Amino acid sequence: MAQHKVNYTQNGGLPIALTSVDKIVNWGRSNSLWALTYGLACCGIEMMASGASRYDFDRFGTIFRASPRQADVMIVAGTLTKKHAEFIKRLYDQMTEPRWVISMGSCANTGGMFNTYATVQGVDRIIPVDLYLPGCAPRPETLQYGVMLLQQKIRANKAGNAQKAKRLM
Amino acid sequence: MRAYKPKDDVQAKAYYTDRFYVAPQVPKSSVEEDEIFANDLAVIKAKFEVKDAYIQVEQMVIHINANDIYGVLELMRDELAYTQLSEMSAIDWLAKDDTFEIFYQMLSMTKRKRIRVKYFIKNGQAVDSVEKLFRSADWSEREMFDMFGIEANNHPFMKRILLPYDWQGNPLLKTYPLEGDEFAAWYEVDKIYGKEARDIIGPELRDTAHVDRYDSERFARLGHEVPKGTEITGDEPAVSASYQEEGGVFLVKKLDKESSIVIDDPQR
Ligand code: SF4
Repeated sequence: MAQHKVNYTQNGGLPIALTSVDKIVNWGRSNSLWALTYGLACCGIEMMASGASRYDFDRFGTIFRASPRQADVMIVAGTLTKKHAEFIKRLYDQMTEPRWVISMGSCANTGGMFNTYATVQGVDRIIPVDLYLPGCAPRPETLQYGVMLLQQKIRANKAGNAQKAKRLM
Repeated sequence: MRAYKPKDDVQAKAYYTDRFYVAPQVPKSSVEEDEIFANDLAVIKAKFEVKDAYIQVEQMVIHINANDIYGVLELMRDELAYTQLSEMSAIDWLAKDDTFEIFYQMLSMTKRKRIRVKYFIKNGQAVDSVEKLFRSADWSEREMFDMFGIEANNHPFMKRILLPYDWQGNPLLKTYPLEGDEFAAWYEVDKIYGKEARDIIGPELRDTAHVDRYDSERFARLGHEVPKGTEITGDEPAVSASYQEEGGVFLVKKLDKESSIVIDDPQR
């Protein structure tokens, strides 16, 4: 028969942690950042690599979802074309609040090397962005560091009052 | 070999200026040099008028009349075994003489030969669709319509293929600016937020080399980041990056370099 090795009485009592509502809500939010699968171009490959076993996004609680209604953070990984711009806005509107946006790579930040008629010169012309990751393409480490910075940003905010809705205009 | 040009000031100059530059032609040779091409040309000439024919880089090029195209391609497909239309599109000669050149690249798998069929149309004129002969022409003709505005008669679905349906302008015309005209520049803003949003969102920033040290809205000095919109004075304190806040995070263990384990045995 197995022997219980856990000493429930250590630390002087039952396993209880005291904290504030802010902290526990932010803990929940920042450690289960479900990301909307949004690979638009080559940066999407790096985003997929971050999700795969070597870099293992799951340990941050970041799990890719294929539906905006289940996602908290939109990682815009790639080149946003003008034809696609209305759909990114629609998907952003379908995400439930609180929601965050990470703009990944030069193309999403500024249009990057595609200084042409068909490319949106930065996704922040369409939706508000929380975090810009430089690089072409950023390494998976950059994306993971970006997610950690986003977690810090979430923890720095008060969770009690409903998050102020972000609007571009 | 290309003529040598001095390269000392090459970076100061724009690397490309003339969008109407016409590349010199490679040498042409007579069709008689190739037996198979000579036979093919004779068969085509028996039924249709051929304005010009020559061999260029091992391919025969023939110039025909615009309204013969369906008949010529049908003849080539059914009797000459040119069973594939590998590519077709147009070339903009509007600046030279207000015409478009239309070309069809034909491939015969059994003869292992390629023929390019060409004709010229005036600006605004439509071409005859060959979609009934070759399915590949379906999308090619739509792309030609999208990029040059050339319509194809009898095409089953003559709509834009790459750009959105409500786009204005034809980007492969040589007069179309690479960075887009006014319609293109405001397309997504106008469509999503409406014209009155133009002032709020502002024009596109197209200067990729632009860096402004004093603009904290769009730039950050590495290691000295400040909140967005702060006025830059030049003596911003150093900010050290860390994965977690000082003092730790509720329920999350802090990464600590000393206690982390470095795996240096790859065979572990
Ligand atoms: S930033 Fe570079 S890697 Fe990323 S989508 Fe653009 S071109 Fe591709």
